[in-house]
Amino acid sequence: MRTSSSRQGRGRGHRTVSKAVAAVAVIATGTALLTGCGGDDNGKGDDAAGGQITLRIGTFGSFGYDDATGAKLYAEYTKTHPNIKIVESNVADGQKYWDTLKLRLSRNSGLSDIQALEVGYIAEATGPAMAGKWADLGTTGGADVGAFLDWKVKQATTGDGKVIGLGTDIGPMAICYNKDLFAAAKLPTDRTEVAKLWAGDWAKFIATGETYKKNAPAGTAFHDSASGLFNAVISSEPMQYANAKGELDYQNSPGVKKAWDTAVAATKGELTAKLRQFDEKGTWNAAFKNSKFATVACPSWMTGIIKDQAGPENQGKWDIAAPPVAGNWGGSFLAVPKSGKHAKEAAELAAWLTAPAQHAKVFGVNGNIPSSKDTLASPAVQDAKLPYFGDTPVGKIYSQAAAGITPAPISRWDGQVKTFLTDNGILDIEQRGTDPAKAWENVKKLVDDKIDQ
Amino acid sequence: MATSVRATGGGSAPPAAQAPGSGAGPDSPGPRPSGRSGWRSTLYRLDLKAVPYVFIAPFFLTFAAFGLFPLIYTGWLSLHRVELGGSAQWKGTENYSSLATSEFFWNALANTFTIGVISTVPQLLMALGLAHLLNYKLRGRGFFRVAILAPYATSIAAATLVFAQLFNTDYGLINTVLGWAGFDPIAWESSKWPAQIAISTIVTWRWTGYNALIYLAAMQAVPQDLYEAAALDGATRWRQFLSVTIPSIRPTILFTIIVSTIGASQLFGEPMLFGGSVGISGGSGNQFQTLSLLMYEKGWVTGALGQASAIAWVMLLLLLLIGGLQTLVSRSNRNRNRNRAGRIRTKAGS
Repeated sequence: MRTSSSRQGRGRGHRTVSKAVAAVAVIATGTALLTGCGGDDNGKGDDAAGGQITLRIGTFGSFGYDDATGAKLYAEYTKTHPNIKIVESNVADGQKYWDTLKLRLSRNSGLSDIQALEVGYIAEATGPAMAGKWADLGTTGGADVGAFLDWKVKQATTGDGKVIGLGTDIGPMAICYNKDLFAAAKLPTDRTEVAKLWAGDWAKFIATGETYKKNAPAGTAFHDSASGLFNAVISSEPMQYANAKGELDYQNSPGVKKAWDTAVAATKGELTAKLRQFDEKGTWNAAFKNSKFATVACPSWMTGIIKDQAGPENQGKWDIAAPPVAGNWGGSFLAVPKSGKHAKEAAELAAWLTAPAQHAKVFGVNGNIPSSKDTLASPAVQDAKLPYFGDTPVGKIYSQAAAGITPAPISRWDGQVKTFLTDNGILDIEQRGTDPAKAWENVKKLVDDKIDQ
Repeated sequence: MATSVRATGGGSAPPAAQAPGSGAGPDSPGPRPSGRSGWRSTLYRLDLKAVPYVFIAPFFLTFAAFGLFPLIYTGWLSLHRVELGGSAQWKGTENYSSLATSEFFWNALANTFTIGVISTVPQLLMALGLAHLLNYKLRGRGFFRVAILAPYATSIAAATLVFAQLFNTDYGLINTVLGWAGFDPIAWESSKWPAQIAISTIVTWRWTGYNALIYLAAMQAVPQDLYEAAALDGATRWRQFLSVTIPSIRPTILFTIIVSTIGASQLFGEPMLFGGSVGISGGSGNQFQTLSLLMYEKGWVTGALGQASAIAWVMLLLLLLIGGLQTLVSRSNRNRNRNRAGRIRTKAGS
């Protein structure tokens, strides 16, 4: 009682003050609401003096362009183009990068002048909902489209013939294996001998796993993960998740069936370490360091991961052998959103960054296998060796694998279906012992339920 | 008091007439009754009537922009097939009817319920116990009161990452300790119940102290005489806790139950981060996917914004349903108390 009446009294004394405060509060809220959303996105004010412009490039993972650890391509470009400043913003996780990019594309704001695209999402980017948002790099920027591998260009071409992305790297695949564990299991360790064990057929790879298991050191497995094996097998198949028309048709795909059956066979035979690749808790990473498994499917970009995770103490233990069947796992593109303020300059920069000469430089520093035909055949790539892997001729192994790649048609749902198949199908069989037939039914239900076609 | 407020708020009487009623007395700076200042009285009335609205306006404007509009827009989306960047197509109630037959939805609903129960119930019981202990005069009481709130101040991400390491199947501390005790390692992430228990542990750890402080505040408002009377009657501490403390703080307990239920039904961060790379789908077999995770997966991973909106609305309706049930329970509780009090009064009167 007492408090409430005194509060009322105080309120009266401050009447005029309160009115002013209220007015300010209302104005402040109003302006905050009006200005809160919108406009800090595009770089402003940098075009004023002398045609000086800033080009932003959005990437994920490691593209090897930057001036600090990469091939210093930005510094080189700004030397010949003094009016241009290049800023790269990098996101480690490719999935998160893509989710953000999709959102920004839909709002046409917050976009970089150049955006990198991963091959798993290229079909979505060239699809009807997004195709119109990209500049046609076949006509602007002066890129030599003919220099790229034909299938790489085809992947980034829209239905009406626009090339929306210029190829950076590709992901030809080999098998990396731990020589110490192979020796302990009484298997050959020489890379040509090892490749012969499984040449031509994934079934032989499983058979090698069975042999490995007989004499394997305790606590180790033949392969890192069944889902990794699934990815490796499907990467070497001419039909993956989509039919020739680019429509999702994973249920009738011989490639999916073969990859699924191989992965299930490896799980049944207990040939895998039951890990999930790239898991955020680092269990997979730790297994490299502790030599928990003997083989891992090894796209060219995987060599960097092995080097980082297995660490210097395991230098010389790992080697690379040709895969049972050549395949491609991964690879990226550079694309230019149409709505950018400097789309023309951005297209020129993208064309320069993906030209054969620059491919060679990036390969030399970062090991990304180039997607231009001449660079693949050049001595710089052919003679390349990796000291961490005991001077393996990586260039030869990977360019040979690249030559054997049969590009598969892709659909815009590939990435999602692949996640369901590996994370909710195979991982479930592997870690929880779910019956494979039941797991397959579950995947089908997931696709039906979650993909809103 | 109530009458005076009503008289002031009504504003029909002239200002001078209000002054005595409001008890402000002669020192009140209110205007004198005078014919000239009609506009001033209008202003004064406007001030009384409008200024409160102006003061509360920022909240309601913000709420309308960031609460109400998204709510309505989500409702509209839930009746369409929408994709980010694309245009919406009318689907009617199809998004809802497909939820009814989706086993993933029912699975997520069941998981939300089970994780909610095994995290909320122990959490509130432990909070009650802790609050009771802290209510005693003990040395360093201030320190302990701050300390139990520390988990609440920790971010979900930090806490979950630490717990995820502890519960790591291959390298985690918990399985290591279990190994010393001779047990087989538990697959904390890939088995259903261990995963749900691990997630509940994180939730319990974070919120127990918070609820304990709320209980403590309520317990301190319980009149000391009740305890003294109970002690005189020979009641033990435990008896006092059951017969004095619990009934006295019943409304507070109900409040924490409601808040915890809302929190549990929106559980998102803990399972997502605990599951690591397969967190969004709640583990490889959706074994700990909650409704919020399912909504996120639909909206942001597979891009089905319409279906995600439908889940959001179903969640809202479920919460309203739970809220309604709890109101009914509390009302019947209150009635019972009133009846009991009435009975006691009649007994005393007779």
